[in-house]
Amino acid sequence: MKPDDPSITWVEPPELGLAGKSYLPLFVQGLTTTLRHLLSPKKTVEYPEEDHAIPDPIIYRGVHRLNRDDQGRVKCVACFLCATACPAHCIDIVAAESPWPDREKYPQTFTIDELRCIFCGMCEEACPVDAIELTSLYTLSGKSREEMIFDKEKLLSIYDQTCQAEPSRTQRSDS
Amino acid sequence: MIALIVEALLKFAVVVGGLMTAAAYLVLLERWIAAWVQDRRGPNRVGIPLTNIKLFGLGQPLADGVKFIFKANVTPEHVDRTLYWLAPAVVMAAALCAFAVIPFGSVLPDFLPDAWGIEEPIRLAVAPTLDVAVLFVFAVGGAAVFGVMLGGWASNNKYSLLGALRSSAQLISYELPLGLGILGVVAAAGSLRFSEIIAQQANSGWWNIAVQPLGFVVFIVAAFAEASRLPFDLSEAEQELVGGYHTEYSGVKLMMLLVGEYLHMITAAFLIVIFFLGGWHFWGLTDGLDSPGGDAVTWPVALARVAVLMAKVLAVILFFMLTRWSWPRFRYDQLMNLAWKVMLPWGVLNVVVVAAAIEFAGRWAAALGVSASMAAALAGWAALTLAVVLTAWADPTTADNRPMRTLPALRGNADETR
Repeated sequence: MKPDDPSITWVEPPELGLAGKSYLPLFVQGLTTTLRHLLSPKKTVEYPEEDHAIPDPIIYRGVHRLNRDDQGRVKCVACFLCATACPAHCIDIVAAESPWPDREKYPQTFTIDELRCIFCGMCEEACPVDAIELTSLYTLSGKSREEMIFDKEKLLSIYDQTCQAEPSRTQRSDS
Repeated sequence: MIALIVEALLKFAVVVGGLMTAAAYLVLLERWIAAWVQDRRGPNRVGIPLTNIKLFGLGQPLADGVKFIFKANVTPEHVDRTLYWLAPAVVMAAALCAFAVIPFGSVLPDFLPDAWGIEEPIRLAVAPTLDVAVLFVFAVGGAAVFGVMLGGWASNNKYSLLGALRSSAQLISYELPLGLGILGVVAAAGSLRFSEIIAQQANSGWWNIAVQPLGFVVFIVAAFAEASRLPFDLSEAEQELVGGYHTEYSGVKLMMLLVGEYLHMITAAFLIVIFFLGGWHFWGLTDGLDSPGGDAVTWPVALARVAVLMAKVLAVILFFMLTRWSWPRFRYDQLMNLAWKVMLPWGVLNVVVVAAAIEFAGRWAAALGVSASMAAALAGWAALTLAVVLTAWADPTTADNRPMRTLPALRGNADETR
């Protein structure tokens, strides 16, 4: 579009009045704004001592957990839907025949590389039995890459840590 | 003789030590204010080293200094080494020199044995008897521009050179309003000594800001520009010039340049306070002797004067720092327009009004039935009002060079073109 295009409506800024041209009222206005912010309560949080308030933990996408059913067994049926849905390919499952009569397979190992994970939540959405969920824990740190590859026991222990504070997120969790 | 040297050295130590500490803590204050204005908390972690005591972050200046000193002191290959090393020293020396004559209090009471041969009362300035103290401050203030130019030229870098060019043009332009702003003050006091200028305000009880408001406005605007503080920090506009003339500097040399700038701000604050805000004078607190000789000061009064002076300086510095976040930077043509088309005429008008007031204030006072100071103050405020209204009406700073203006002509309706 060229500057002389007839469809352009050129708008001139409003002319400043005498007060505006003398700068003074505008300067006082600016100084008042600055002073108000100077004295207003601060928005930042003293982080290590004080935790961020997460507005809604139910929709926060933090560290994963593997849910347990009411008998304490892992809910996962090793269907690989989460691993398929994962855009970062960070989920690795080895399936085995289930020792329990109510399902065919269960995950012999279930590892998530938290360093590859992009925390998109697709695994949570894909899971048909609500076994994998994201929690509101965001303090995820480790001293080595190996430490950041979470296995099944670690993911289950995150469930044990968080199941009191954060009940299962989805409505289908009836088992 | 030896006693005199010791006295001067002691004052020198107090001034330099105090200034360096003040500059360090002003950096912290600046960072705090920057943070608070932006609804953040600012540096509040560093306290006493090797402990967990935080002290609201008061250890931060120490950490900053240690960081600067231990950082790599890079000298780029392409610089002119001599000038490159000289520039920080020039900036620092020029900034420190000004404090040789700036008083940091009034006088101390007699307390030394007479046998020591020291003239008492001791005046609180390193070189208190210099008759041309005001001129001296402006001379060394003008010398500071050499440091900036040397730094910018020696760095052999386009950003540095542009910053130095802008800075030198700005400093030279604003020297004029700066000089005109104090001309009225010097005329009113009849002296170029800081102590006399303060004494005149203290004796009359009328600070110059009340008598010469126009001079105050001209001086404070020029002082902001001379200190290269926002909205006049074009010499190091980060968004345009990376770092301006200190782009190529690092480590201790960078610290010297930055401290030099803070010292300029402190100098400007001292000058504003001394010239226009009554120096150490405050009604009821610092009274007890307002005679020029000043030989009846008691310790409480002497200390109160130092405290009042420092409090005023701190208040002005706070104003400097708040202004930084309140006003955007001027464009370069606006900066020059402001200096030459607004501040220079205002300064001349101020000098005329002040001179007329000195000559005729008595007659005006008789005609109006008020005191002479009141008559002079009325004239000053009338001049300020007149200047502001006239300037706003004539609007000399607005330069509308947008290409948009030619567009109505392009569209065929030429009557819309101005």
